[in-house]
Amino acid sequence: MSVSVRIPTILRTYTGGASEVTVDPTEATLSGVLDALEAVAPGIRTRVLDDTGALRRFVNVYVADEDVRFTDGLATPVPEGAQVSIIPAVAGG
Amino acid sequence: MTTTPVAPFTDLDAAPATPDFGPATQLTCRECGTSYSLGAAYACVECFGPLEVGYDFSGVSRAVIESGPQNMWRYSCLLPVASYAGDERNLNPGLTRLVRADNLATALGITGTLWVKDDSGNPTHSFKDRVVAVAQSAARRLGLGTIACASTGNLANAVAAAAARAGQDSVVVIPSNLESGKVLTTAAYGGILLAVDGNYDDVNRLCSELVGDPLTADWGFVNVNLRPYYAEGSKTVGYEIAEQLGWRLPQQVVAPIASGSLLTKVDKAFREFVSLGLVEETPWKVFGAQATGCSPVSQAFRAGHDVVRPVRPDTIAKSLAIGNPADGPYALDVVRRTGGAIEDVSDAEVVEGIRLLAETEGIFAETAGGVVVATLRKLLATGQLDPTQETVILNTGDGLKTLDAIAEHVGPTATIAHDVDEVTRVLAEHHARHR
Repeated sequence: MSVSVRIPTILRTYTGGASEVTVDPTEATLSGVLDALEAVAPGIRTRVLDDTGALRRFVNVYVADEDVRFTDGLATPVPEGAQVSIIPAVAGG
Repeated sequence: MTTTPVAPFTDLDAAPATPDFGPATQLTCRECGTSYSLGAAYACVECFGPLEVGYDFSGVSRAVIESGPQNMWRYSCLLPVASYAGDERNLNPGLTRLVRADNLATALGITGTLWVKDDSGNPTHSFKDRVVAVAQSAARRLGLGTIACASTGNLANAVAAAAARAGQDSVVVIPSNLESGKVLTTAAYGGILLAVDGNYDDVNRLCSELVGDPLTADWGFVNVNLRPYYAEGSKTVGYEIAEQLGWRLPQQVVAPIASGSLLTKVDKAFREFVSLGLVEETPWKVFGAQATGCSPVSQAFRAGHDVVRPVRPDTIAKSLAIGNPADGPYALDVVRRTGGAIEDVSDAEVVEGIRLLAETEGIFAETAGGVVVATLRKLLATGQLDPTQETVILNTGDGLKTLDAIAEHVGPTATIAHDVDEVTRVLAEHHARHR
């Protein structure tokens, strides 16, 4: 399967400057997508997840247009062709 | 009438190599402490934590501040701005009135002195003019020619107007369901206004995604990539309260919570004044106010959580309708550290709060002000706020912006013919009802 991941500016050092990366996860969940992303951009997973393996407090991740905190977090299903967006949460107000 | 001469807008192509941010020295991550040079950055590369401006204050005194202009630039020495920021074209916000609210205090059973910090008196009638002024200055220093924002309405007004005054381009992004008053009073200033199908959190996400896109290379999103500077503008609310009280701190403050930034910056202002010796260190408590239809911080406070779980907003208090508040955890920290509390109130209570403030003090607040007044009442009723202590509540915006909220609740006492007998009859009936 193929999933597109949008990369925020502060993580593009891990993707050679690319703002979007296509990955082929073996598991159709957000966790699987992050594993696949780590394989092509080593080091990026620990920027998104904390020491306990949970999403960091100030990062928002969307699968399609849904904030994964409203769904199943890292276990959120990611269907074929879906877009995953990683976005700093520190904005607005 | 006198006018203040203002310098022409800075040549944006001539941004200096080392920008002048006055006393500001660096940006530091609030989560992990990593430091960065001053620039258009807002999130930590290491942990995504928010970046905050660090300072090396010098030459700050009451005399220096008191000799400054009659607006927020009197605190330039405490902000991430060049000393001449106030001389550049801007809206010169701040130094709004601090109103002693004896009638409201009596109505609520408060025996200590009650004050309303009325920020509806700013140029575009909300506290957002303060934060935009600092962000606009940062945009100049960083050579960003367009100022932009994600807004629930008040910020939209402030950005569009500040850009117009400076001869700058602006791009304002709002949810399409905003109050018509806020849409029209943004559009009137010109600039690009994009109404997005979705709520504020959708708008915020869109703007966060636009940062880093080549399309926005010379854009300063005031509350995204300029957010560390922007947020510091809210400190001036706290500075003014302390100065207007005669260089001392109030015992209790009630602030609305949208992102949570304003509440934390008022507290920061008090701490800075204490550390700089400008006021005596006396204890203060900070209280937060939310609408129940968007109360993620209040819910976290009640549950004893440090993490704020996002919600989908559904309230008439649209200026506070941020379901995923960036500074929510820090607002919780401040309230808990100072011994305050956070409460939330229904939309019906918000309307009652607006009417109570208007009818007792002649101050017509927007829905956020109604949230604060209604929350004050709830905090008193639940024994969380001490009615004997001096209390300052914040009104952050003008009721004229949210007429929709009260349109069904107030109106003419009567519609009559132009006839003296009719007036006599209506007044008699009115007095009979209110006897």
